[in-house]
Amino acid sequence: MNALMTNTYPVTAADYTSAGRASADIKRKLKQLGVSGDVLRRVAVASYEVELNLVIHSLGGELSLSVYPDRVQLVSSDVGPGIPDLSLAMREGWSTANDEARSLGFGAGMGLPNMKRNADDFDIQSEVGKGTVITMGFRLA
Amino acid sequence: MPEQTRYHSVRLDKDRCRGCTNCLQHCPTEAIRVRGGRAHIIDTLCIDCGECIRICDYHAKVAVTDTLEDIRRFKYRIALPAPTLYGQFRGLRKPEYVLEALKQVGFDDVFEVARGADVVTRAIRERLRDKSIPRPVISSACPAVVRLIQVRFPELLEHVIDIRQPMEVAASIARGEFCKKNGCKPEEVGCFFITPCPAKMTAIRRPLGQEKSELDGAISMMEIYGLLMPHIDKMQSNPDFEPATRYGVAWATSDGEANAVSPERSLSVDGIPNVIRVLEEVENDKLRDLEYLEGNACIGGCVGGALVFENNYVAKAAIRQMVSAMPQQHPDASVPVSMLTKYPVKNDRPFEPSAALRLDENLVVALQKMNRMNQILERLPGYDCGSCGSPTCKAFAEDIVRGFVKSEMDCVHLMKNKLRIMAQDMVTLAQSTIDLGGNHHESE
Repeated sequence: MNALMTNTYPVTAADYTSAGRASADIKRKLKQLGVSGDVLRRVAVASYEVELNLVIHSLGGELSLSVYPDRVQLVSSDVGPGIPDLSLAMREGWSTANDEARSLGFGAGMGLPNMKRNADDFDIQSEVGKGTVITMGFRLA
Repeated sequence: MPEQTRYHSVRLDKDRCRGCTNCLQHCPTEAIRVRGGRAHIIDTLCIDCGECIRICDYHAKVAVTDTLEDIRRFKYRIALPAPTLYGQFRGLRKPEYVLEALKQVGFDDVFEVARGADVVTRAIRERLRDKSIPRPVISSACPAVVRLIQVRFPELLEHVIDIRQPMEVAASIARGEFCKKNGCKPEEVGCFFITPCPAKMTAIRRPLGQEKSELDGAISMMEIYGLLMPHIDKMQSNPDFEPATRYGVAWATSDGEANAVSPERSLSVDGIPNVIRVLEEVENDKLRDLEYLEGNACIGGCVGGALVFENNYVAKAAIRQMVSAMPQQHPDASVPVSMLTKYPVKNDRPFEPSAALRLDENLVVALQKMNRMNQILERLPGYDCGSCGSPTCKAFAEDIVRGFVKSEMDCVHLMKNKLRIMAQDMVTLAQSTIDLGGNHHESE
């Protein structure tokens, strides 16, 4: 099924000033579409986490929001560096965030587990030197 | 364009409005449009915060409150001053002096809303034992913030505490005690809040979390200030006076409530744009470790209300000075737990989410509208100048899709561009048809 709407947001690596803008716009759009309650909360959390992940860990990339009649999909794709050990990265509390990110209160190692917990379906593909693609789906009630 | 149909204290004085765009860009919920040369307030988006009253140079935005004439419809009248009132008089050492002055301007009795705040503090602290309320628990004291949540963050309503506002609890106690002492009927007693802001007035007429308000009206602090002034210094103290605690009085300023409720694990934020930013954090689940969140629409808290006389920073300092001389007693000690069942402290209905942001009830239709909005937005200049009468280009695109605006040509920049193209076309046309003119000389 084709998406009824797709919006793509470029996300710049280490740009902490703009961090959170894409997810704020995603939330606003979903509210205008009438998405509410639990689904909105879960998309809000996951989109913020994934956007911050792009800022903190990637070399840059983009976040896209697609809306289907029965579901919302978030796709984050970046241009590297890629994750060497996915099972380690998915572990709660494990983080490779640098000192700058940690000084801003990030790096608790909850990003990916939090996304997985909040999405109805979660998929992550990563290749070192190429990049990471995270796809998350949320069913609309 | 939907006109105001529900009760709002904040209104437009049509005759004074010049149709300028000052208020447009200062409205935190983008609830104002200028159409046909004057401002319109969108009913479903207005949260009665009073920002537009502060910003309007022509005094075209007004807050409707009750007058001292209105209190006369009751046989007995009780004044319930918000603690903010104490910050309006420089050098005031005790709340008592203001309270006694209120009795000189037409009230039979006075009851401090700060005492209501004491009871509410105790009630909230008891309520926080229930760990099923999602954290952070959000204060319900500022009605503009509660309405902001209803409109912009409806999914956070379950965080909002279901305890009544201090003015409501104060009114219940005041009426109950007055009737008991004087042997009169509750309906003979009118309870009037001395209000620092229009949002409280709206909350009395259109209550939040309650079917009916315990108050009968509200008098603007600005209006009563001048009348109280001459009575302030002369007053003797009243031996029967039961003062509120320093914690209750401090509710007038930002952080007062948070400090009384949960000094270790609370956050307080003031000013609507700041409140919005913190609510975004709650939405992103970034403030889960926090117990309590106090949000005030006005800078400095209630002392920054649109209906106060004194500068908010000066008033805040005055309150702090007054409070520092009061005894160190927490409401946990001064308010007996029996008080929480003697008078109603809990809400009797839930806070209703608002659907004002939604483009359409049907998701597919809403998506079509959003796609159209995005297409329109691409053609707009992105100056957010307000000349079209909408606060931003985004809002303008939305207004077209919602049918509030008929044509994109209400954008002066698009119009100018169109005129330029039309002018060029005319020149081209004139040049290409020059031979048919007959008004020229053949070249030789």
